[in-house]
Amino acid sequence: MIEIKNLSKIFNTADGELQALKDVSLSIPDGDIFGIIGMSGAGKSTLVRCMNMLERPTSGTVEVDGVNLGALSQKELREQRHDITMIFQAFNLLMQRNCLKNIMFPLELSGMPRAQAKQKAMELLEIVGLPDKAKAYPAQLSGGQQQRIAIARALTTNPKVLLCDEATSALDPNTTNSILELIRDINKRLGITVVVITHQMSVVESICKHVAILDGGEVVEQGSVEEVFAHPKSQAAKNLVFPEGEEGTFVVGNQDEHFIRVVYNGAYAAGKPMIARLALEKGIEANISYASTKGISGKAFGTILLSISGDENAVKETIDYLTQEPGIEAEEVEVNVQ
Amino acid sequence: MFSNAFTAEALTEAWEIIRTQFPLALWETFYVTILATAFAIIIGLPLGVLLVVGDKGGIKPMPKPLMAVINFIINVLRSVPFLILMILVFPLTRLIIGTTVGTVASIVPLVIAAFPFVARLVESCLREVNPNLIEMAQSTGATPFQIICKVLIPESVPSLINNFTVAITTILGYSAMSGIIGGGGLGKIAINYGYYRYKYLVMFLAVILLIILVQVFQTLGTKFAIKTDKRLKNQTAKKN
Repeated sequence: MIEIKNLSKIFNTADGELQALKDVSLSIPDGDIFGIIGMSGAGKSTLVRCMNMLERPTSGTVEVDGVNLGALSQKELREQRHDITMIFQAFNLLMQRNCLKNIMFPLELSGMPRAQAKQKAMELLEIVGLPDKAKAYPAQLSGGQQQRIAIARALTTNPKVLLCDEATSALDPNTTNSILELIRDINKRLGITVVVITHQMSVVESICKHVAILDGGEVVEQGSVEEVFAHPKSQAAKNLVFPEGEEGTFVVGNQDEHFIRVVYNGAYAAGKPMIARLALEKGIEANISYASTKGISGKAFGTILLSISGDENAVKETIDYLTQEPGIEAEEVEVNVQ
Repeated sequence: MFSNAFTAEALTEAWEIIRTQFPLALWETFYVTILATAFAIIIGLPLGVLLVVGDKGGIKPMPKPLMAVINFIINVLRSVPFLILMILVFPLTRLIIGTTVGTVASIVPLVIAAFPFVARLVESCLREVNPNLIEMAQSTGATPFQIICKVLIPESVPSLINNFTVAITTILGYSAMSGIIGGGGLGKIAINYGYYRYKYLVMFLAVILLIILVQVFQTLGTKFAIKTDKRLKNQTAKKN
């Protein structure tokens, strides 16, 4: 359990004070895969570095399993960092060591006997799927393989928490998926709590259970991924959920048209011709202005933007008709019309 | 002035000097250079590490006045011309070696001249180490000492070798200068025969030998640096 309370971080820069984090409070349950998402400069990297005290917060506390990290001595903190390990966007492998020795690095630091450390490292190479790369140097590996080695290294000390700082941002989509698959697998098999820092909604959608959205150093929204995806409230969340632009961008239509956003769980609603029935049963003609389907936590989620030319009653009737189906939610939204 | 350098008489004379003096001079130059470089590295490497880790953004910041004093001393030693420095360190040389003249005595001023240079070279090498790697080591729970021994130095080995090669060739040049205060080696022969006694042919040959020595050190150093660098894909691929 990671408990972050009222965390603030202020950097003193040449241009004066920069508030990177403002009163951030989060609680991350054990065994969770928790996403922290935000645009560049939102404070994600600072937040994750406060979770292992690479950055000292200006105020507020970070507790991991009841231990207040800010109150620890340097020595105690180094011990604690065996339990909270980290992987990075740039992999950060030691370029002059081969893969096996890279994985052994944390064990070397803690003084484990060589033979034992080597055996542990070989086991981990197996887990990350690169048993034949023990003697290879990082420069000989692809980005995805390097990240696998970094993951193996992060697992050597049997951590409780794995922090992933933009771990897939330097990888192509296919490699990203395979790395996310590995992280999910590790989370399931070893029960490690994973904190994923990213700017890509697709990463959160594919592996996270919970998500917090960070904007300008503040948590503007948090909850289960399904919840946040279905009802993005803040502008930051909307921008992330609909990067192609749904609201806030232009949709072709008429000024006097009403727009309804329908969010559905594909598993329930699939196979029912809802919009055709709406026209037949209620006489309401709905036009699809935008539609998209996404897989989130293994469930298919879709969103449709309907435009209806009619009065308030028609809108209400449509919403009532659609929401009587389980797994469908609908609400009227404001849209900029072109 | 060189017109009489290649007469038959000069050639016989030069050959006699080469036969009797050069083997010893070459050996002296060689061991003075190697020893002086070794001592300069022994002092300069830890000093260079201190300059990096003790800096205010470093992994183990040291008191600012201490760093200022160290930087000042290094700069002062680096600004004194070697010819003057040799004379200035006479008392120290006498203290350590017991005398101020001779080949062994010339090692002391060479080390004093070279260690601040080596410290700066080491400093620039270590500053090139990717700061992300240091952050990684810190996030893994490494102590500052472990970061120095397991990240900073090992990761910069290829560039350290390159820079030590630069140091060794520079020290070789300085060692030739120490002929003036009675240090042995090729420098002494070049000065004694070539400059004081106008035997230019001997001087040329001594200089040619110095050039060959520099070439050998440089070639070996570069080869060794490339061989140790695991970032170079082609080189490491061959090994597997």
